[in-house]
Amino acid sequence: MNKEQIKTAIIEQIRIIAPDLEYDDIPSDENLQNALEIDSFDFLHLLNALYEQLGVQVPEADYGEVDTLNRMAAYFAERIKGT
Amino acid sequence: MSEFLMPSLGADMESAVLMQWKVKVGDKVTKGQVIAEIETSKGVIEIEVFEDGIIEKILVEPETECSVGTPLAIIRSDEENIPVSSATAAQAQTEEAPLEKAKPDRSKDTTQPQRVKASPAARKKARELGLDLADLAQTSDGEIHLSRIESAAETEFKTPSADKMRQAIASAMSLANAEIPHYYLSASINMSPALSWLEEINKNVTIKARILPAAMIIRAVVLALEKVPELNGYWQAGHHHVCKEIHPGIAIALRKAGVITPALLGAKDMNLSRTMQALDDLIMRARAGKLRGAELTQQSITITNLGDLGVENVYGVIYPPQVALIGLGKIIDTPWAQENNVTVQKVMKATLAGDHRATDGRTGALFLDKFNRILQNPKELL
Repeated sequence: MNKEQIKTAIIEQIRIIAPDLEYDDIPSDENLQNALEIDSFDFLHLLNALYEQLGVQVPEADYGEVDTLNRMAAYFAERIKGT
Repeated sequence: MSEFLMPSLGADMESAVLMQWKVKVGDKVTKGQVIAEIETSKGVIEIEVFEDGIIEKILVEPETECSVGTPLAIIRSDEENIPVSSATAAQAQTEEAPLEKAKPDRSKDTTQPQRVKASPAARKKARELGLDLADLAQTSDGEIHLSRIESAAETEFKTPSADKMRQAIASAMSLANAEIPHYYLSASINMSPALSWLEEINKNVTIKARILPAAMIIRAVVLALEKVPELNGYWQAGHHHVCKEIHPGIAIALRKAGVITPALLGAKDMNLSRTMQALDDLIMRARAGKLRGAELTQQSITITNLGDLGVENVYGVIYPPQVALIGLGKIIDTPWAQENNVTVQKVMKATLAGDHRATDGRTGALFLDKFNRILQNPKELL
């Protein structure tokens, strides 16, 4: 899975977790929680869904590295490659 | 034999649409069982029966709008079982009494269900689109059909359910501000010890079992309320009534559709991880419109957390007949002086709005002190 495919997977999960969101475009470089008004519970659901799909757990200490869509995709791409 | 009535799910509810029966005539029901789904301005709510018995008769067909208090079904009690519904209903009424008095008398028209004539398909479509049939009926002759809904959706698309919710909040809050003499107290709480403790716990579990700070803070509120129970209760008919159970109403943002504060029922009996699970479940069901009647009527105090949006101090308005509201702000890195050192700590402002008829500032101060102490010694939270 390359970075673009991961990005698509993340967007898909966001839509499942918050189906009531109206955004057509999820901004790539803005803080996800702020831009989409998703709360800490939604964010945890997102990371859990991605863990189940991609097999990578994001520890809380790394939350700063997955704050935007681009950075989150890069984070997963890096770790999937390693395994 | 007793009547099962359309319940009042809060002082702001006047009527609701009976959507679906979950039981049929002849079914045995037990106290607390969900027997129907109703749709209110707060979404679809499952309503429970308050006694054991057998469904004798169903009086209202699905998709009918009924005022609060309209008989929906007749329940035949088991032989040994003295009907308790009248007692429960009476109790519910006294709880609402102070609010009802302040509102215009609408008892005259409560027995007539005001049903707008519309085809089932139109009704279904209107519901999906969030259109109010009553609004459309004013500009339609006779029965409303699907085509009318579709054209309405194009020309006057709006979300009246959000409007209704706004009106409901408006009437409850006006009453609260007019009648409740609020007092406010606030305390700065050093959250660093509790947050580092929680981080350690979360390091050792899978993502699924992680506990969020919001759940930990609610757990701390509940523990502090056990020590200072006066804030957990109601002001009714001139009397302060302290509740034994703690059912905190949790303010949950519904994104487009406003805010709802369903109760985290039985919070006293939950440990930390259970609090997290129950809170997560409550938030998801609130957003999916799948709350239960009890969750909208049993709140004994309200907790509102606006920290996600960067608010530091929350000065809330108490939701009557409750007597307190706890406001929690954003956790912010702040210079913190302790002994002779200044360090940077994660600090949260906790605010208490209290009803001065029921409690004094001293009670509120005791609560905030207890809340702070628990968070400084987080092991108590497990």
